[in-house]
Amino acid sequence: MAYIRAFGSHLPARRVGNDELASLVGATPEWILSVSGIEERRYAADEETVASLGLAAAQDCLANAGVTSNQLGLILVSSGSADHLSPGPASQIAAALGLASTPALDIPVASAGSLIALALANDLAPRFGKVLVVGAEIMSRRIERTPQGKDTAILFGDGAGACLVDLESGCADPQTVCLRIADSLLLTDGSAAEILKIENGRILMEGKTVILQAYRKIPRAIHDLLARNALTPADVQVFLLHQANLNLIERVAAGLKVPRERFFVNIARCGNTSSASLLIAAAEWRRAHTAPLTGPVVFSAFGAGLNWGALLALPA
Amino acid sequence: MGQEARILKVLQRVSGKNLAPAADESLFVSGLLDSFALTDFVAALEEEFGVSIPDSDLSARKFDTLEKVDSYISAKSA
Repeated sequence: MAYIRAFGSHLPARRVGNDELASLVGATPEWILSVSGIEERRYAADEETVASLGLAAAQDCLANAGVTSNQLGLILVSSGSADHLSPGPASQIAAALGLASTPALDIPVASAGSLIALALANDLAPRFGKVLVVGAEIMSRRIERTPQGKDTAILFGDGAGACLVDLESGCADPQTVCLRIADSLLLTDGSAAEILKIENGRILMEGKTVILQAYRKIPRAIHDLLARNALTPADVQVFLLHQANLNLIERVAAGLKVPRERFFVNIARCGNTSSASLLIAAAEWRRAHTAPLTGPVVFSAFGAGLNWGALLALPA
Repeated sequence: MGQEARILKVLQRVSGKNLAPAADESLFVSGLLDSFALTDFVAALEEEFGVSIPDSDLSARKFDTLEKVDSYISAKSA
């Protein structure tokens, strides 16, 4: 079992509020807020790339961990919106970190990719040592800001998050997150893959069906993971979820019969940053809550594939 | 009460609206359901008719008109 030592994040500078989007997609700012919980999202500048956002989050994470890039044994990069299908951003991020031989692998799974990477990092840490997980997305280049693209245009934003997974806990340093990854549950059902995909450079989403599937699958995955660890949702101190939609997160909380306050949310300021959102949320949660943890933390995500699951971390 | 009437009653309870859409009228266009009310509607149908709706059937297209819901429940109950 490995430890979560630090998180990091990076958001591009440009803020896009609902006022700016509403007229383009034929909606009102109030409607956008009511159906998504989003007030603004960030858009990358033309010169920024998925790799450059991911690099900034990686550097933030390494600084928070007190670790240098040459100590890394493996880099896993999740992105569903990569600028290039192959090679993906992982090798670019590794090169920008000054690494010429450290393995760097892409996980091209929108929304759920960083959860998958975290679970794999835990499994691979015994072989590779320090594993840097990055989730980076520029979703603003995968949407259409038109009335036809309204359902996705209102949701998505850009950003990157990162996490350092290590066999060494680093708990002696009060700056570290000091969580031990106890278990994870990853699931895939390709029979419904058509409801959420990126095709010809654009995201296509049957939103109502995605919500229907996610609302069923996320709570069940969390329940199953906790049950096999002799825990219940009521035992969990913090839930960190893919920031897909505020209404969905609130429904998941209600479905699990857990106070909504135990779910960290930043979607109002960041929008849905696909696979980056889980780690951006984790980094912001950590910055806002530096006291030592006393209870379990559950990570969960749902996304393209369909892929979904949950990860359980315990105070070390 | 017949099956169609029971489905309508469930729909009205979930939506909080006392509307009676035509059998082939979109429940989304009519404003009776949105993404999140749909999750409640499906759960309420399971409870009302004692059926289990599997993940493979969780598609908004299967539940977007009363006649589709009626056909689905009939097939599940057969």
